[in-house]
Amino acid sequence: MLLYLFYILSAITVGCALLTIFSKNPVYSVLFVIATFFSIAGHFILLNAQFLAIVQVIVYAGAIMVLFLTVLMYLNLNKSVESSKPLLIKIAAMVSGGLLFLVLIASFKSGLSIAPTSVRGDAGLIKNLGNTLFTEYLFPFEATAVLFLSTMAGAITLTRKK
Amino acid sequence: MAAEVAVATISAPHDYLPIIVQLIVVLAFVGGTILATHFLGPKRKSKAKLDPFECGIEIHGNARTPFSIKYFLVAILFVLFDVEIIFMYPWAVNFKENLSVGFEAGMNNFIQMSIFLGVVLLGFIYVIKKGVLKWD
Repeated sequence: MLLYLFYILSAITVGCALLTIFSKNPVYSVLFVIATFFSIAGHFILLNAQFLAIVQVIVYAGAIMVLFLTVLMYLNLNKSVESSKPLLIKIAAMVSGGLLFLVLIASFKSGLSIAPTSVRGDAGLIKNLGNTLFTEYLFPFEATAVLFLSTMAGAITLTRKK
Repeated sequence: MAAEVAVATISAPHDYLPIIVQLIVVLAFVGGTILATHFLGPKRKSKAKLDPFECGIEIHGNARTPFSIKYFLVAILFVLFDVEIIFMYPWAVNFKENLSVGFEAGMNNFIQMSIFLGVVLLGFIYVIKKGVLKWD
């Protein structure tokens, strides 16, 4: 049962992610990203990480995609022609995409090597998550506050009237 | 059904089955009604009917006009404070237990959150002082 659910959810996730890339209208792209995020929340529930699922829905599908839609409305969407990018930008995009892929593979590899000891069925529940966050990952947590601060300052300096 | 072996927790993935059932019902209802109205209702297409209308006023201009950047600032600040609140949930769930361990552990936990909130509050004061939330 769970396995079938996983296959269905995965099909929805991958399908929506592909539609995000292939749809011409950027607003449709954002809507498909929201659908993708919702199905990823479903994956979190299948992994018994309910808090992460709720966060996925509230923060990603809710807040961040609202931000994305707002940003989209600032762009000039009236002309639908997409200019072809210069070769240098294409190469730069390829390199950065490849680097991201490398990082992902590296993180998956290191994740697999510690998997037998650290992954438990209830690791994603809010209580265990909090315990780990406030002991082992305390410094990254406090650093997040600094990240928030710099984001606020950055957004305000970028948009302030001169 | 391999996941059931793991732990006898209070909540497991199959507790969320009602949500899936509800999702299916909602999607089926919405899809069904749209299809039904598509096939059942008469179709009379005229210029006046297909026009978007604004309370009877003639439409003017384009929907995609540029608007104030302040909306973006409000949106990004909303995201930031939203995430800040999210961090408080795992903290709050563990707080009472840490307090029952001892005053030291509870105080420690309190200070950890206070530093986080203090830094974010600094940003909030900055936002207010900059007058980002003023709308004139």
